[in-house]
Amino acid sequence: MIKIENLYKSFADKPVLKGVSLEIYDRDTMVVIGRSGSGKSVLLKHLIGLLQPDRGRILVDGIDINKAKYRELRQLRKDFGVLFQGGALFDSMDSFDNVAFPLRTFGTISEDGIKKRVHECLDLVNLPDVGDKRPSELSGGMQKRVALARAISLEPRYILYDEPTSGLDPETSNTIDELIRRLDQQLNVTSIVITHDMHSVLAIADRIAFIHEGEIRWTGTVDDLHNAEDEVLLAFVRANEYQIGDPSETADLS
Amino acid sequence: MAALTQRLLNPARELGRYSLLLYHAATSLTEFGTYRQNLVTQMVRIGIDSLPIVSLAAAFSGAVTTVQTAYQLTSPFIPKTIIGSIVAPSMILELGVVVTGFILAGRVGARIAAELGTMRVSEQIDALEAMGLNSVAYLVMPRVLAGMIMFPVLYVAACFVGIGGGILTAQVGGYLSSGEFIQGARDFFTPFSAYFGLIKSVTFGFIITSIACYKGYYTQGGAEGVGKSTTQAAVMSCVFILFADLLLATLLL
Repeated sequence: MIKIENLYKSFADKPVLKGVSLEIYDRDTMVVIGRSGSGKSVLLKHLIGLLQPDRGRILVDGIDINKAKYRELRQLRKDFGVLFQGGALFDSMDSFDNVAFPLRTFGTISEDGIKKRVHECLDLVNLPDVGDKRPSELSGGMQKRVALARAISLEPRYILYDEPTSGLDPETSNTIDELIRRLDQQLNVTSIVITHDMHSVLAIADRIAFIHEGEIRWTGTVDDLHNAEDEVLLAFVRANEYQIGDPSETADLS
Repeated sequence: MAALTQRLLNPARELGRYSLLLYHAATSLTEFGTYRQNLVTQMVRIGIDSLPIVSLAAAFSGAVTTVQTAYQLTSPFIPKTIIGSIVAPSMILELGVVVTGFILAGRVGARIAAELGTMRVSEQIDALEAMGLNSVAYLVMPRVLAGMIMFPVLYVAACFVGIGGGILTAQVGGYLSSGEFIQGARDFFTPFSAYFGLIKSVTFGFIITSIACYKGYYTQGGAEGVGKSTTQAAVMSCVFILFADLLLATLLL
């Protein structure tokens, strides 16, 4: 379980997180929504200690990650798989080596075992034949799926997704959403998804947290969202529907 | 006023962050398994791949120094061997190491800063950290170590090629024979000159690679940021090479 307690973070005197508190339960898919610049990605980077908070703490399975020594933190990070916004694939390697990288670095399995595991992971993301392709030869959606294969290669307990569908066409976004849902069920992991795409939210969320101006303004399930009365949340959701262009495609939230 | 204070504090902040990165790198020295493979790759890229351009520059430096020394020595009372006595120590004490330093600042420093800067802005460094890998041990350590190991090798090569260029020019230009050149070089050779050059080469190797790693590792702001880091890495390396050159000469000679 991940517990975020009263988290504050500023950049150059500009407050980004202003007392964020949130609990993420085991095997849940928590989706954090909010406008661009609301602090979603900053919050995600705090969860694995890539950013240090000014105040507050983050407990992962009871361990305060900001008090952990660097070696302990690195050990803890091995429980996480992270899908970065742009995929963050290593462009000096092909897809196979990207997925194999964590296994070669931390795993204790043989090269044959690594080969088998890489193919399993690429199969899981429905990309069995891209092993010899470099990231620059893949489309945006394929890059994200290869990055996801890399993120799950060490069988993490937590998977963090930073805007998994941003910059993708609706069809590819749906594929990514289905993939997230399927991996949640097959791998039994806890997922935290940062997004502002309401299609994704409705497709994958067990619980939703709405972050607004650096604060968690609302939390609840998809069912709760249908009955939500918070004006700021509803404005965000409606704006998202408007951007999608066809309100009939989204759930009725009125 | 606040802007001025920020401007004045910036160098101190940069120095602090640079020192912290170096401290982090030093504490990662024991994680040999993390950077072993990268160390070999970087030694090839920094050392072997730079050999042609360093040799070319050194050969021309030796040749030009020979021509200019011969041009200035017009008195019949000064033996011709003095040309070798001037060119060889110049290469060993100064030209071999400084010319190599400037070339590596441009070729290696810029490449390292661009490479790490691109990795930073495309979140590849975050990805390494998120996996639980020590990114400083994996990226910075092998580059700095490779620079400190391979710069002296390039320096020695530059001295041999530079002196060779001088000998060839002296012979072809009819200034003096190769025997006279070598005799002159031997007359004034002291082993300390070579030690001094080696000390400078290790120092310059450290300056170039550590500044480039620092600038690349902390790049901000997309493609523009990468360009800025790359330029700053090359320029700052050249400036600090000059300062270090003066400081070491003052302290050791």
